Amino acid sequence: MIAVLVLCSFYLTVESADLPQLPLVPYPQHVSLISSPPAVIDPLRFSFSTQSKSVLLQEVFDRYHKYLRLHDFEQKLNLTLKNLDVVIKDPNEELLLETSENYTLTVKTDSATLQADTVFGAMRGMETFSQLINTYNYTLPSVQITDYPRYKFRGFMVDTSRHYLSVSLLKQLVRAASWSKLNVFHWHIVDDPSFPYCSTSFPDLCVKGAFSPDHVYSQTDVLDVILFAYRHGVIVVPELDTPGHTLSWGGALPGFLTHCPGHGNIGSDYGPVNPTNEDVYPVLKTLFTEITSVFPGQFVHLGGDEVHYPCWKSNQDIKDWMSAHNMSGNYDELENYYETRLLNIVNSLNKNYIVWEEVFYHHVDITPQTIVHAWKPNWKKIFQDATTAGFRCILSAGWYISRISYGEDWQNFYQVDPRSFNDTATPEQLALVLGGTVCMWGEHVDNSNVLSRFWPRASAPAERLWSPAYITDVGFMEPRIEAHRCRMVYRGYPAEPTLSRGHCQVEYSWRRHR
Amino acid sequence: MLFVLFSILTVGAYGSFNILPVVPFPQEAEMFSTNRRSLNVEEFRITTDQGHLLEDKVISSTINRYQHYFSRFKPGPLSPDGDITQVSLSVVYPEASLFIGVNESYTLNIDPHSPIVKLSANTRFGVIRGLETFYQLYNITDGTFPSVKIRDYPRFAYRGFLIDTSRHFLPVESIEMVITGLAMAKFNVLHWHIVDDPSFPYYSPSFPSLSEKGAYDSNHVYRIFDVLRVISFAENHGIVVVPEFDTPGHTLSWGKGLENFLTYCPGQGTFGGDYGPINPSVDSNYEVLHKLLAEVTSLFPGGFVHLGGDEVPFKCWQSNQDLVAWMKQQGIQTFNDLESYYEEKLLDIVHQLNTSYVVWEEIFNNGLHIQPDTIIHVWKGKWEDTMGKVIKAGYKTILSSPWYLNYISFSMDWKKYYQVEPYKIPGATPEELSLVIGGEACMWGEFVDATNILSRTFPRASAVAERLWSSEKQTNIGDMEFRLNKHRCGMCARDIPAETILLRSYCPVEFDGYDW
Repeated sequence: MIAVLVLCSFYLTVESADLPQLPLVPYPQHVSLISSPPAVIDPLRFSFSTQSKSVLLQEVFDRYHKYLRLHDFEQKLNLTLKNLDVVIKDPNEELLLETSENYTLTVKTDSATLQADTVFGAMRGMETFSQLINTYNYTLPSVQITDYPRYKFRGFMVDTSRHYLSVSLLKQLVRAASWSKLNVFHWHIVDDPSFPYCSTSFPDLCVKGAFSPDHVYSQTDVLDVILFAYRHGVIVVPELDTPGHTLSWGGALPGFLTHCPGHGNIGSDYGPVNPTNEDVYPVLKTLFTEITSVFPGQFVHLGGDEVHYPCWKSNQDIKDWMSAHNMSGNYDELENYYETRLLNIVNSLNKNYIVWEEVFYHHVDITPQTIVHAWKPNWKKIFQDATTAGFRCILSAGWYISRISYGEDWQNFYQVDPRSFNDTATPEQLALVLGGTVCMWGEHVDNSNVLSRFWPRASAPAERLWSPAYITDVGFMEPRIEAHRCRMVYRGYPAEPTLSRGHCQVEYSWRRHR
Repeated sequence: MLFVLFSILTVGAYGSFNILPVVPFPQEAEMFSTNRRSLNVEEFRITTDQGHLLEDKVISSTINRYQHYFSRFKPGPLSPDGDITQVSLSVVYPEASLFIGVNESYTLNIDPHSPIVKLSANTRFGVIRGLETFYQLYNITDGTFPSVKIRDYPRFAYRGFLIDTSRHFLPVESIEMVITGLAMAKFNVLHWHIVDDPSFPYYSPSFPSLSEKGAYDSNHVYRIFDVLRVISFAENHGIVVVPEFDTPGHTLSWGKGLENFLTYCPGQGTFGGDYGPINPSVDSNYEVLHKLLAEVTSLFPGGFVHLGGDEVPFKCWQSNQDLVAWMKQQGIQTFNDLESYYEEKLLDIVHQLNTSYVVWEEIFNNGLHIQPDTIIHVWKGKWEDTMGKVIKAGYKTILSSPWYLNYISFSMDWKKYYQVEPYKIPGATPEELSLVIGGEACMWGEFVDATNILSRTFPRASAVAERLWSSEKQTNIGDMEFRLNKHRCGMCARDIPAETILLRSYCPVEFDGYDW
C-alpha cells in the first residue's frame, strides 16, 4: 500500500492532457497506446475464450456477448479481431474486500488478451474491454492497459425504507455500479418509515413495519440480490441502523422503542431503541445472528447516526434507570452503553462492522477492525482523529448524490478525495483510508427516478475511488462521463445527460423494454 | 342531503376520505352521500347513445385508453361484485375541432343509485377531461368511487407545456409519453420548441438540407410522419401542438443547411463560434422564412405558431462590417432597430399566412410594431410588471417566468410553482386581466432527454396545471399535497414514471416500466 502511494506522488507531475482520450470510466491506472492499426470486430460473432473452468466467468462472457448484440448496426467486412482470450491466475472465487481486482488488457490489431489475478479482476477487465469498443464502427484502439483500484472500498448506498425499490431495480443499480467498477452495495434496508426486510426470526417486523405486503423483500429476494451482486463482483453490506432510525421496528416489538409522547420520530410517540430494556438485547442478538448468516459478506453496517435525545430525556423510566446507573443527565453515556452492548453482540458473530461517525466520535469502545463511516461536513477532522487512533475509514461526506442541484453537479462530487483530509497525514494514516460510498438517500427517489438520478452522477465518485489520484481534470472527464452515460443508455439504462447539449447514438427507449 | 365540497371546507381534513383526489381540482363538486360506489371490473364499459361518436378517432381512442387503464384493476376488496358497470358519454357539439379555447367543460355524475355514470360534455375534448377525472376518483386500494356530481371547466384557455428537442432529442415515443402525462393533468397545449442552436431535428420538405446538415445525425430527425404522429396523438388527448421556430437568435443549427443565412462574425458568434443570429440584411432570408413558415403552419393544424424572438445578442451583428455599412445605408441607427426591422418583416410574413402567433416578451419589450392579436409570452423576472404593461397595451399574454421546471432543486419545489397567481398583477382592471389567457410550464432541454424528462416533469408540472385549470381559490398546500401524491401514484400505475413528492411514501401500484 505504501509503495503504491509513493508511486502516486511520483505521478503528480503527470498532466491528464498527456493521457490518451479513451472513453473509459473510471480511467485506468496505466494506459499505453500501441502503434498498430485499430482492431475491427464483428459484434455478432465475436468470441471470448479461456482455459478457466469458472462458471462465473462464463456468465460474464454471456453478459458481454449480450451488450455486443444489443443493436444491429451495419458491420465492417475487414475484420481483424475475432476473440478475446482471458487468463485467470487464481481460481479462488471468494469475494472479499481484499480480493485482487487487478488486470492487464492488451488489444492489438489481430489479438487481444486479458490477464487477471481473479475472476473479479477479469470482470473489471471485461468492462474496460467493452468500453474500448467504438459502437459506430466496431473498432478498438490498439492499447495496453494495466489496471487496479486505488481504493479497495468503492461503495454505493441505497435506502429502501423511505421509498421502496423493486428487486429488479436494485439489480439494475448493482449492474450499473459494476460498469463503473464499484464493488460494495451498502443496503440501507430499513429505517424509520418502513421495514421491508422480512426476517425469519421476527416475521412480524415486515408484516407490521413494511408499507404494505407488496413492499417487502422476502428471503428469496434478498438472496437473489446478493447472488446477482456477487456475479458482478459486488459485496452486499446490510445496514440495520440502531438505536435511532428504528421507528418501523416498533410495531412488531413491543417495548423495544422508547415511549415518549410528543417527542418521538417523525411525529410519532416513539423514539430510539430503549437501552434500559433488557429484552432488547436478546432480540438484537437473534436478529444480527440471522443477518450475518443471510448476508455472507464480511461486513455488517450498524448505523448509529443521529440519535435524538429528546425522546430519552422525556421518559421518566429512562431517567430513573440512568440515575440508578450513575449516568444521570449524560445521554452520550446512555448511547455508549447501548452501542457497547450491541458491539459485544456483533463481535461474537465474527463479522467486521462499519459504523457511522457518531459512534467513533462519542468514544464508544469499538474494536480495532471497525470501519468509521464519515458523512458530515467536518469529515476531515473525523478522518484525522480516526486514522490517528488506528481505525479504518470510509467517506460519504460530499457524495450525497440524493442532493440534486441544477447543472453539471457531478463535478462537485468529482473534486472530493478521501485521502485529502490532511496534507501532513502519514502513509500509515493514508493507508487506513479504505475508500468511500456514494449515497442515494430515499427521501426523493423511488422506482420512478432512482436510475436516472444515480447514473451517471455516481460515476464521478466511482472514478475518484478507482483511478490514479492525479486524474482530477474536469475537462478530461467531461467527454468520458458523457460517453459512459450514452453507453449505459445503449445498454438500456436511463442514465441522464451531463452536458447542456448533446445526443447519444441510441437514445433511451421506454417501450423497447416493455 | 348534499355536501358541497369547496376547498375551504376540506382545510384541516388532510388525509380525509372526503377530499376528492383529483388534480387539477374540479370547479364544482357535490357529494350525494358518503356512500361509495364500487366498480364492476368485469363488465365495465364506456359507451354512448350517440352511435356516430364511436366512429370518431378522438372519442374511440380516448375510450380505448381509459378502458385499458380500468382493465388492469382487479375487483376491490369492498366490492367483489361491483355496481358501476358503465360510463355513458354524451357530446353536444361532436363536430367541434380542437383549438386553443375550445370548450372543455363537462359534467360527471356518479349517481348513488344508478349503475350508469353519466358524462356529458360540450365537445369531445370535454369528454377527455371528464374521463380523466373519473379515473382519478377511483380508489385503487378498495375499488370504489365517491357518489359525486362534478361540473368542471378550465379557468384559463391556454395551459401549456414546453419541450425542447434541440438541446437533446426526444424520440417520438418519449414525446407521446409526455403528452400522455400532460393529459392526466388536463394540459391542452404542447409548445414544441423544435429547433434551436444545438440541432435542427425538423425535416422540412422545402429545405431538406436544414435537418440533413443541422440535426445531430440522421437518427435524430422528425420526419413528416413523425410530426403527424405527434399531432394526431396530441389531438387524441385534447392537446394542441404549437411549434416554435425561434428567430433571429437561437438559429446556429440553421446555418449549416442554408448558405448566407446567418451573420458571419469570427469568434463573436453563438457558443463562441463564427456565426450569430440571422443576417437581416439578406433579402433571400425572408423568402426562406416565408416558405418554411408556410409549410409549418399548414402542417400544424392548431392555428398557432410560436416565433420565438428571445435573447438576440448584438455582439455578432456589431462585428460584421458589411452589416454595419448596410444599416447606415438603410438609415437603421441601432441594433435594436435592426432587430425591429427583422421582426416586422417576419411578422408581416406570418400575418399573410393567416395564423395566430406567440412571441417571447422581448418583441414587446423592445417596442416592435406587432399585430393586435399577438400573444406575448412572458418568461423573464419581474413578470408582474411586464404582464401589467402587456395587458395595458391590449395584448393577450401567457406566463412562464415562475414555471421553468428544468431548474431542479433539492426540495419540494412544486409548492413554489403552486403558489403563483397569474392574476397578481398590481393595478390591473378585470378587463385587462381577461387578456391573461394562461401559462406554460417549460422544460428546457439542457439536462433532460428521454432518460429523465418524465420523472422531472411529473408531477411537478401538475402543480402548474392545477393553477391554470382550477379556481383561483384552490390554494391550500396541505390539501394539494394529499391530492398530488394520489395523482402521481395514478400516473405510476399508468406507466408514467412520476416522481415522489413525499419524503416517505409508497404507491399501491409502484412504477414498473423498466423491464429488462
